[in-house]
Formats: sequence, structure tokens, C-alpha cells
Amino acid sequence: MQRQLMAALVAGAALATPAMAQTELQFWHAFSGRLGELVEAQVADFNASQDDWKVVATSKGNYSETLNAGIAAFRAGEQPDILMVFEVGTATMMNAQGAIRPVQEVMEAADVDFDPDAFIGAVKGYYTTTDGEMLSFPFNSSTPVLWVNRDALEEAGIDPDVDLTTWEQVGEVLDQLKEAGSTCPMTTAWQSWIHLENLSAYHDVPFATEENGFGGTATELVFNADPQVTHIANLGQWAKDGKFIYAGRRNEGGANFRAGECALFTESSAGYAGIADEAQFDFDVRPLPYYEGVGNAPQNTIIGGASLWIMAGQPEDHYQGVAEFLSYLASAPVQAQWHQDTGYLPVTQAAADATREAGFYEENPGTDIAVIQMTANEPTANSKGIRLGSFDQIRTIIDEELEAVWAGDKDAQAALDSAVERGNQLLRRFERASN
Amino acid sequence: MEKRVTFKGWLLPLLLIAPQVIVSAVFFFYPAEQAVWQSLFIPDPFGLSMQWVGLDNFRFLLSDPYYRASFVTTAIFSTLVTLVSLIPALFLAVLADRLIKGAGAYRTLLIWPYAVAPAVAGVLWLFMFNTRVGVVAWYLGRLGYDWNHVLNEAEAMGLVVVASSWGRISYNFLFFFAALQAIPKSVIEAAAIDGARFWRRFWTIVLPLLSPTTFFLLVVNIVYAFFETFGVIHTITSGGPQQATTILVYKVYADGFVGQDLGSSAAQSVILLVVVGLLTVIQFRFIERRVHY
Repeated sequence: MQRQLMAALVAGAALATPAMAQTELQFWHAFSGRLGELVEAQVADFNASQDDWKVVATSKGNYSETLNAGIAAFRAGEQPDILMVFEVGTATMMNAQGAIRPVQEVMEAADVDFDPDAFIGAVKGYYTTTDGEMLSFPFNSSTPVLWVNRDALEEAGIDPDVDLTTWEQVGEVLDQLKEAGSTCPMTTAWQSWIHLENLSAYHDVPFATEENGFGGTATELVFNADPQVTHIANLGQWAKDGKFIYAGRRNEGGANFRAGECALFTESSAGYAGIADEAQFDFDVRPLPYYEGVGNAPQNTIIGGASLWIMAGQPEDHYQGVAEFLSYLASAPVQAQWHQDTGYLPVTQAAADATREAGFYEENPGTDIAVIQMTANEPTANSKGIRLGSFDQIRTIIDEELEAVWAGDKDAQAALDSAVERGNQLLRRFERASN
Repeated sequence: MEKRVTFKGWLLPLLLIAPQVIVSAVFFFYPAEQAVWQSLFIPDPFGLSMQWVGLDNFRFLLSDPYYRASFVTTAIFSTLVTLVSLIPALFLAVLADRLIKGAGAYRTLLIWPYAVAPAVAGVLWLFMFNTRVGVVAWYLGRLGYDWNHVLNEAEAMGLVVVASSWGRISYNFLFFFAALQAIPKSVIEAAAIDGARFWRRFWTIVLPLLSPTTFFLLVVNIVYAFFETFGVIHTITSGGPQQATTILVYKVYADGFVGQDLGSSAAQSVILLVVVGLLTVIQFRFIERRVHY
């Protein structure tokens, strides 16, 4: 009885607090399922940690839909305080100077701890101007790795610890898998991101001119050279031989891999949550393969994922709350937990260290591969990231042209030439729109 | 002889047409005018600035071979969707019309799919034909046919046509069924007494008497195939493989709402509007002449 009374009092108190000057901050994100729950948990913890602000997290669909919802809301004057935008939308947001407030400016104006240098270089670089101002807050970043179904290798009579450092070695293993009757030796997710954008960065060759677009909007695509053409030609041959199974433009291949059908799978390191959850087989993670002796491989891979943008046009006092929330998200314990739960990279060095000290990498071998691969070398002009306008459409063009290669309709050179030509037209339009 | 109703004064007639005029103005004329206006600019996504480019958006589109190819894709898609949604509907309506028992139940079941939203229908069909877990794909595999709409352009086209037509069959069925019921039984009985068999009666009596309905459905279904199918395309193929299922309206959506290229998207809407307008005029001028009211 007494306990019930206490509970009622506590509940009453909890209900009463929001009536006191608590300001709501709107946070629109693109997560659902397990990731959505984890974001909700972070927000709930932040809300419980203080009384001034109440962050309201809302899922607005997938990445494209969330960006679109944010833009439409801005045009209607009803934008959220914080908007999650995927890496592909970075150039669009950067060029919308009246619509956003740079994170660094907001954090410095507010009374919070914030050190842009605490972020891992390759992550920070992606969202920082060439003048060194951090524009958005890196939230979830991942990088492509090679997932291996150890059982499938063993069944095919291959040593599950076989060296898969280079694409040549992968090619030999694919031959053996095919001979042993595998129906899906290899599949991939996000083909443009992994097999063109990251391939370029990893070999330290340009994907586009003007430092991959970091230098300005006058950038042009240049991925119709080597090693990109050679790699796409190899994949095309593997597709023809039934060694590389194309499952779709997004991460459809994940279902095939998690079900145990495919032996090798190139996918984001953030695939970890799903694979660990569903795989009924022994798997491990390897660094993304490269071509030995080509370019400066292995340089470093680049990130995918999303960052949080602070929208302009909110009441001035909101920005203090936004700064406190972002500062909370950047704190080492929160970041370390997020990294361990999701397989996304820890965006700060402190979070990476905390995870290592907690012994997480020993308990979960391979989860540090992505971190090592990202941070092995100081990023170069070719490997700090890609910043192109209309990038979403350019990726669609690349998808279309790659599908022509997988279907055997075009050879690699012709397909990439066409993708470059079509993509450049869009870049010229974007340049016009933003000047 | 034409029937004419004459109103006294003009208040009542104005009042009577007002709802339609207002709805058209708000949902058609205003957006259409906005689209025409926007098609002359390259705006930035956030609406912070707009750049006058005159007809450059149109020049850019029409000089793009991939955009021109999209007209052919759209023509094939629309023709197939119209045929696949009209012919089975007519067939089912003729069968249901001959039913004596349980007509109500059959009718309800046949109309049911119309209640399913196009995007949801897309997901359902995609699930059945999923190359890995799809029931149909699995049975096809057992029969030795390797279904792969992810790379095979013809299969992808077939799948989006079927998924787009499925719900429309119900809609068309409803109209055909009502039209069949309205055909006087005495005419058909007279023909039967004269010795005309079912098919002969169908070709010489039923089909001509259905022609107003068929014509109406033809126009409505083509408009549907042009404008309302992007949800299905979006959920099943996203316009792929390559550009096999990139129809004009999907490109409007993809460039405008995913690519944030609002100038090009507006120009495409204007082109689409003109194309469908012309098509409708052609239908009324040339096909309607063969319709017997």
C-alpha cells in the first residue's frame, strides 16, 4: 500500500516537472528498428539527466525521406532544431548557408565542453570546411569491411583463416567456392560507396577533381580510370561466372549473407548489429581487400553514415539546449556504448580508448577492424571523403551503369565513362544552383 | 436531340459549379501554374535563392538521351498497364454477370484489391517475387526458371506492370460490371432466339454497348499509369535495373524529392502534363468517334 502511494507520488512529481520551464527540442532522425530504439534510449537518458530541455526524437523514414522532410519543413518555417542528414547530403546542406548554423559556432556560443579535435580525423574531416570549421556533428559513421561466413569456407574445403587481404586472393577463394558448388560466393551492399568511392580512397586515387569536391563546386568526376575500371571489370567477370551475386542497390545482399547463403559480403561495419543478431553461423570481419601495389593502398577508407545539422531560424534559447544535447552525445561513455551496440565507429578518440580499455575488442574480435582501417594513415586529399552536389542522383546513375556491367550489357570502361559523363552534367547544374 | 435545362438568373448555376471550380483551382490550376513558373528557374533546395534560367531546364532534359528513352519506357509501361488492367477486368465482369448464386460474395472479393494502396501492393508483389524468399520466385526456380528482376529488365518491367495493374482490375471490374447490368436483357434474349451464340452476342451486342464505359476506362487508366504508379515503381525497382522501369512520373519524383533538383523536376512535370493533355485530346478526337452512346 505504502509502496503504491510512493509510486503515485513519484509519478505525480514526474508529471508535474514538464510544466516547469522545460523547452522542447525537435530532433528528426532516419533510424527505425533496433537503431531507432538505441537513439530513443540516448534521448531518454539525456532528458532524464537534466530538467531544462526535453529532446523529442522523431523518425522521418529513410535517409532520403528525412532530408526531404527537413527541407520541406524549412520551406514551411517548421524545421526541427536538429536534422539528421546522410553523408551524401553533406554538400547540399553546406551550400544552404541561410538554413543551417555551423555546429562549431553554436557550441562555442553556448556554455558547454566541446573540442573539435577530440573527433577522429577522418570523421571530422568529412564534415569540416577547408577553413577548418566543423559544420555538422558526426553522429553515426561507418566504413566498409569484408564479412566472412567461416562455415561456408570450411564447407567448401577452404581454410576459414585464409588470407583475404587483396582482391587477387579473394578472386582465388571465389574460384574455389564456385568449384565447390557455392550458389553465392560473394555479394555486396552499397556498390557505389564500397566498390568505387572507397576503392578510390583506399588506393589514394581521386574519385573527383578539386579534392573530391572539398575544394569547391567546380569538381568533375574522374573515376573512369584505374584501378576503378579494373576492379569493376573483375566484378563484372565474377558476376558473369556466378561468383559475384548482385542483390540490389541498397543493402539487400545483407539478407542473403545473414541467411548463410553467401560466403563473402562487402558491407558497412555497421552491419554488425544485424549480422550478430541473425547469423546462425560462425562469421568474422576482415579489412576491405585492395590491389597490392596499386596507388598507395592500403591508404584509409572513408566514412558513410550521417551527421546532425543544426537548423537556423529557431528561438535563440534553443541553441543552448541543442549544444548541451550534442555535447552529451559526444561524451565518451555515450559514444563508446553506441559504438559497441551498433558497430558504428566511435567518433571520438576517447570513446575508442574507453572501448578498448573495457576489453570489448578482445571479447568481440574484429569489431576494431573498421577503426584501424579508418585511422591507419593520415587522410590525403583523395581519402578524406567525397563532397558532391546531387550526389544521391549521381549514385543512382552509377547504380544504373554498374547494373549494365553485371548484366553483361556494357563493359566496365564504357559504363564508367557514361557514369562520369552523366554525373558531370548534374554537377554543372548543382554548381549553377549554388552560385 | 439535345436536352437543355435553363436556369433563371445566374446565382444558382454558379453555386452548383463552384465546388468543382474551387477544387480544380486549388488542386490543379494553382499547382500547375507554380510548376510552370518553377520550371524556368534553378532553385536551391531550401528555397533561399532562385536563378532564372529561361528554358534551360527543358533544353537540358530534351538533350538527355536517357530522358528521351524514358518516354519509350513510359509508353510501353502505360500500354501494358492499360491492357493488363482492362482485359481481365472485362473477363471477370462477364463471368460475374452470368452468376446466379453468390454474385455478391464474388463481387466483393473482386473489388477488394482496389482498397490496397499502390505502395503496399508493390511491397506485397515484391515479397512474392523476391529473388531469395519469394514464394513465386521459389516455385519458378523449382521449374528451372531463374527469376531475377534485380538484373533482368524484362522481368522487372513485367513485375511492376502486374503490381500496378492488380488493384486497377478491381476498379475496372466495377465499371464493366455495372455497364453489363445496364444492358437490356431483352436485346440479348432476342439475339439468342435468333440463334446467336455467346461469342457472337458478345462481339456484336455487348462490346459495342460497353464502348462508352471502355472509352472512359481507357482514358482513366492511361492517366493512372502515367501519374499514380510511382509508389509501385519506388517500392519494387526504384526505376532499375539500369533504367528499365524509370517512367516519366518516377523521374519527376526521384529528381525532385530525392535529388532536390526542383527546377528539373518542375520542367518534367510540365512536359508530362503536356504529354497527357495531348494524349487525352487524341483519344477524344479519334477514338471517341467509334463510341456508341
